[in-house]
Amino acid sequence: MKKISRSDLPRLFEALSQARRLYIPADDGSGQAKFLPYTPGMELTQNLNTVRSAKDLFFPQVENLLKFKVQGKQIEILDDRDPVEPFVIFGVRACDCRSFDVLDNVFLHAEPADTFYQARRENAVVMTLACNAPEETCFCTVFGIDPADPAGDVTMWQTKDTLYLRANTEKGAAVLDDLPLDDADDAAVAAQQAATREILKKLPLKDLDLNGFDHEHMLQKFNDPRWAQLSESCLGCGTCTFVCPTCQCYDIKEFNTGKEIQRFRCWDSCMYSDFTQMSAGQPRPTQKERFRQRFMHKLVYYPANNDGLYSCVGCGRCLQKCPIHMNIVKVIKTLGGECHDA
Amino acid sequence: MTRDPLIPMLGVVTDIRTDTPDVKTFRVVGLDGKKPFVHIPGQCAMLSMPGVGEALFSITSSPTNEEFLEFSIKKCGCVTDWLHGIEPDQQITIRGPYGNGFPVDTDFVGKDLVFVAGGIGLAPLRSVINYVRHYRSRYGTVDIVYGARSKEDLVDFQEILDEWSQEDGIHVHLTIDRPQDGWDGHVGFVPNYVKELGFDTGKTVVMCGPPIMIKFTLAGLLELGFDKTQVYTTFELKMKCALGKCGRCNIGDKYVCKDGPVFRLDQMDTLPDEY
Repeated sequence: MKKISRSDLPRLFEALSQARRLYIPADDGSGQAKFLPYTPGMELTQNLNTVRSAKDLFFPQVENLLKFKVQGKQIEILDDRDPVEPFVIFGVRACDCRSFDVLDNVFLHAEPADTFYQARRENAVVMTLACNAPEETCFCTVFGIDPADPAGDVTMWQTKDTLYLRANTEKGAAVLDDLPLDDADDAAVAAQQAATREILKKLPLKDLDLNGFDHEHMLQKFNDPRWAQLSESCLGCGTCTFVCPTCQCYDIKEFNTGKEIQRFRCWDSCMYSDFTQMSAGQPRPTQKERFRQRFMHKLVYYPANNDGLYSCVGCGRCLQKCPIHMNIVKVIKTLGGECHDA
Repeated sequence: MTRDPLIPMLGVVTDIRTDTPDVKTFRVVGLDGKKPFVHIPGQCAMLSMPGVGEALFSITSSPTNEEFLEFSIKKCGCVTDWLHGIEPDQQITIRGPYGNGFPVDTDFVGKDLVFVAGGIGLAPLRSVINYVRHYRSRYGTVDIVYGARSKEDLVDFQEILDEWSQEDGIHVHLTIDRPQDGWDGHVGFVPNYVKELGFDTGKTVVMCGPPIMIKFTLAGLLELGFDKTQVYTTFELKMKCALGKCGRCNIGDKYVCKDGPVFRLDQMDTLPDEY
């Protein structure tokens, strides 16, 4: 265990940003927290989490795949891959850190690997920050995540005056070696963890029951008539997929610059009608089917393909941002174990 | 850095055959003049024209053709409209092959096969049919039931007449939706025709066509005494990556691009009815 005084954080950020680009969760000027490239003077946010998830740094909203030059009947393929430099993400919360596992299963572990994502993952060091004050919209523990002991290359804890750091991987240890840190014992961290776990016991969503969200009950869940009621007020705005750390669906589009044609990928959303619209037909004709797809994917389809790992990390962003206050918690409560409370 | 699977290779359209008023068959080779890649019957490829778009098409040529790939494409959207307007020597991009393909070297071996196709649904089956013709002794009898709106809408009509119909042990049953001058063959929809023909229930059925045809043909086959484990079909849903990552072609927990496009119909009973 290592430590540094919180008053020395600027010195830590300076040291971290020497060898590689550093991203920290900071105020974006509007009072919202966002992972921003560190510049001197920038301070760590006081907010619990960023509005947009940390997935942006591995799976950006828009990225160029390649470009083409077209002349008559001839086509030329040109590389348009953005170079990836080594970087550190400082202060990732436990929920977002789990989301990297969820994304890794799709982009790295399921053949063939996505080399754009892979390059960023390989070049990144993830430094997580344990939560001291989980909020009432937090339910990561439902998915077996411990916000008092997050994963990552380096795990960090904050007490009133001190930041504690523990390397979990060789990559993490190498980063800590270059930093102005002192040795520390575990006592203060253990006390902070105990305090956090007391809060976790009181969180309102801690007992969400995922019973029945499994492959065995796939058709039963899919055919449940209550999807109509749950989806009735959904606007199809896609905000939930936008802020979700595990939503990974993408579109591939093109832009004609006048000189070249850029083919890029961008986030897409299963909540949009265009997502599955074909000239030959539409398998999900109304918002009910699109809404159902999103939650069936997170709670049934994804776990069926990934050893039971849910594609929700309980970060609570969709609870905070949905304009009609519909969310995965209400879906779980209605269709899962707690259905009597619906 | 290894080449990303989303990065296509260049191909050249060397020949374009007009099959029907809205279907053309495109012959594609790589820039080196050779077949772009080896595939299994039933697999698909992503074709694109920069500035127009990229779309998934089933490969209609047989893997036994070592010179080129062929795609029979119906004009029905942006990319297909563009393809219908091009001339030979046009370059395009191609990536693939994608999907599982038909079990031509396993489950189909030794079986009597019945191919049932409607309209452009013959495109993926042509690959299987020509593969089966090439390795004729590995399979039992072959029946081909093929229907279209009219005589002019039958894809590969000349190949069916000149080659498939002429071979021993291959029985071709053509039908069109409505009576037409110059047509003395069967008239009527495919599902009814399949029931009229009343195949031996020990045969294996391979279907492709519009969803309504699949639905009613299957009902007819079950009535005849077929089991769903004897019936195969191939699906088509919107795709962007064809790699199981862009997230839109799933039927329940299966991705059509990776786990399909070929499914045995009993497998569909365990999946949500959303296709």
